[in-house]
Amino acid sequence: MIQLTVNKKKYELDVDPTMPLLWVIRDIIGLTGTKYGCGIAQCGACTIHLNGEAVRACVTPVSKAANQQITTIEGLSADNNHPVQQAWLLVDAPQCGYCQSGQIMSAVVLLKETLNPTDQNIDDAMAGNICRCGTYPRIRKAIHLAAQLTKEAGS
Amino acid sequence: MMKENNNVSRRSFLKTGAGLGSGLVISFFIPAYAGRLKNVMDKMQGETVFAPNAFLRIGTDNKIKILLAHAEMGQGIWTTLTMMIADELDADWKDIEVEHAPAAAAYFHTQMPMQITGGSSTTYSEFDRYRTAGASARILLVMAAAQKLGVAIEACKTENGHVLAEDKMIPYGELVTIAATLKAPEKIPLRTKEQWKYIGKGLKRLDAPDKVNGKAKFGIDYQAKGLLTAVVAHSPVMGGTVKSFDDSKAKLIKGVQQIVKIPTGVALIADNFWAAMQGKKALQIEWNLGENVSVDSNTQLEQFRKLAATEGLPAAKSGDVKMALQTSSKLLEAEYIFPYLAHAAMEPLNCTVKITGDKCDIWTGTQMPGMDQFAAATILGFKPDQVQVHTLFLGGAFGRRANPKSDFVVEAVHIAKETGKFIKMIWTREDDTQGGYYRPSFLHKVIIGTNQKAMPVAWQHTIVGQSLLAGTPFEGGIKNGIDDSSTEGVADSPYLSSIPHYYVGLHSPKINIPVLWLRSVGNTHTAFVMETLMDELAFKSGMDAVAYRRILLKNNKRPLAALDLAAEKAGWGKPLENNHFQGVAFHESFGSFVAQVAEISLDTNGSLKIHKVTCAIDCGLAVNPDGVRAQIESGINYALSIALYGEISFKNGQVQQSNFNNYRVLRINEAPAKIEVHIVNSSDKMGGVGEPGVPPLAPALANAIFAATGKRIRRLPFGDVHLKV
Repeated sequence: MIQLTVNKKKYELDVDPTMPLLWVIRDIIGLTGTKYGCGIAQCGACTIHLNGEAVRACVTPVSKAANQQITTIEGLSADNNHPVQQAWLLVDAPQCGYCQSGQIMSAVVLLKETLNPTDQNIDDAMAGNICRCGTYPRIRKAIHLAAQLTKEAGS
Repeated sequence: MMKENNNVSRRSFLKTGAGLGSGLVISFFIPAYAGRLKNVMDKMQGETVFAPNAFLRIGTDNKIKILLAHAEMGQGIWTTLTMMIADELDADWKDIEVEHAPAAAAYFHTQMPMQITGGSSTTYSEFDRYRTAGASARILLVMAAAQKLGVAIEACKTENGHVLAEDKMIPYGELVTIAATLKAPEKIPLRTKEQWKYIGKGLKRLDAPDKVNGKAKFGIDYQAKGLLTAVVAHSPVMGGTVKSFDDSKAKLIKGVQQIVKIPTGVALIADNFWAAMQGKKALQIEWNLGENVSVDSNTQLEQFRKLAATEGLPAAKSGDVKMALQTSSKLLEAEYIFPYLAHAAMEPLNCTVKITGDKCDIWTGTQMPGMDQFAAATILGFKPDQVQVHTLFLGGAFGRRANPKSDFVVEAVHIAKETGKFIKMIWTREDDTQGGYYRPSFLHKVIIGTNQKAMPVAWQHTIVGQSLLAGTPFEGGIKNGIDDSSTEGVADSPYLSSIPHYYVGLHSPKINIPVLWLRSVGNTHTAFVMETLMDELAFKSGMDAVAYRRILLKNNKRPLAALDLAAEKAGWGKPLENNHFQGVAFHESFGSFVAQVAEISLDTNGSLKIHKVTCAIDCGLAVNPDGVRAQIESGINYALSIALYGEISFKNGQVQQSNFNNYRVLRINEAPAKIEVHIVNSSDKMGGVGEPGVPPLAPALANAIFAATGKRIRRLPFGDVHLKV
């Protein structure tokens, strides 16, 4: 039995300890916002937060996450009111939308670590998240905007 | 129970729709049938549903459901088609729900007898049909209000989901019962440009809220009780078949349920994806690799070169090109090489199938639900209407989910049929990359003769590459041996009208690698050839690259408008920052006219930095201008992946690439620092926007690289080419 905390909810699961967190989250727990894109930590579609750090769920064995805090896109906010989600909506960042859960989860961690990221900071932090629709210009714009929204909310 | 009822009524709805729709260009329900449909339809809370046509329904609870004849794959039609209806219907946005329509004749494309999302055609092809759908519903609601209140139709107005008459405001929901009994007038007037609230102005994406919180459901996200996951072990060589297999080890893996041979390999079904993958790894399979084992990219290139030495079948010709080449003052000869390309949508291909007695349900992301329905029915010995296709969001498609052979649906149906199980088949990224249906590889050979003014007078152009249409239901599109999708962008180039002697020839070798259209189709290679050659001719003439094109495009208003706007906005011809270089390209495709200027620098190691891409597009009326800008941004970045990295190659019949580590695609740090999109203010015929942003990028970039290095690029991809100044 492995104990997991996903989006503040506790689970006790009888799963193969080597099963990647991605498939536990999708197939066992049933949260499908975290996506499968490559399975080898190349595309970032499966990005989640493990104790607040952005990790690639497709290569993280579930055993490594036992008894720790996991946040998926579904746990980011109750009603799209996280500043990163707000910024994403204000600039209409998504197209097909498949990669955006991962993009947003990576951006949240970037903004936690760097309050006012430059384009270079953004490119460095987001280079692991592929978007085949090429929404990169809007992702950059949204991250700058989210930084501003976070600041405004704090002041 | 509820669900079953809905399915029954949905079927009867579709039956009616199919009968009325087939053969009609505009396939509305005739309103007389609307009354009979009052029990129809799913999930709507209201008791009575008003379904004036196939594209929208209004319930007594005021909820408006809009049904999309096309699939949302990122291009934004979830919003754009809805805007068209809303502008005529005066709906309240909070009451609108959008849904993909099922596979049915009522949703055939307005320009071809099938249901398809492709060719960048959704917005312009639906502009009249969706507006009319909204307008006819509004008229019926107004007629119902007039009847209810005993006032003249002219005394009624509509606003925000209500009919306003005298001092009353009646919500649409209170009028649907009467409206469903009325017959709309034959002529439905549409609003004028001045009256539009949304069209031409735009709206935020209606699908975005669910795409930032994980709620949006893609094909791969479909869930249901009892659903198992299927994976497939495919032949290492495309087209190979299973000789024998040993599944004794695979069967021991916890969660593995069933293993079966299917025509394309061995399918393994398990409780979840991870268990299925463990099982797949434990399978031992012997393959008959088949004839494709000899496919080799280097050998193929030599074959293509041999073919290119002869002129090929004529796709376009004028004058006497051989004679004109002999008398030209100078000749320019060039060979271009383009590899196979995989679409590499973010969401790997997948398909869920449930066969229950004489009925089959399919959940997937598809651009061609009707073709998929037909393919599934054929395998099962069903009639097409026994198969329901439920389209979920497409996690990108780029043409790959518009396969006339329905490969991924066919495979999933075989698995469900063989095992009798309710399955979701998921391809791994490796399956997706190596699964074929590529943009074909192409070789172009061009000989150009110029006159004393350095203008082209003779243009001999030979194209070699597989036909997309051959062997598909679209084969009839091949006329006199010419598949236009191989030659588009050359044979119909606006430059040819200024060249007296030309011959565009085509060779379509038959190769067993399955091929398919990829975003902008033939223009992915033809624009590169035409526009880098234009740059070269301009350079040799000593003229400016924009000025040179202007001479050849002299009688073409729309190309010139796009070219001039891009040049102006990019500051073409003006001093640039130190070590910055620009390149320009223009291309017409899918009825739109696009010019782009790429501004780059190269550092001393030859490392490329794209500072800015400036783009101008004339697509006629831009229904959702920010949506147009988003699609062009997308096209530019998609094209950059093709230009810099995209290559599928074969050795001993095996695809050499497998995942994003060796089939590289553009990342944010490699994307242009800035993309500017300018829309030409145009009231000319509407064109597409999903694809036309792709073709000009690679040549604009290559022309900028020439400006920086003096080197011509004639082979894609060129990301790893040493670009030292």
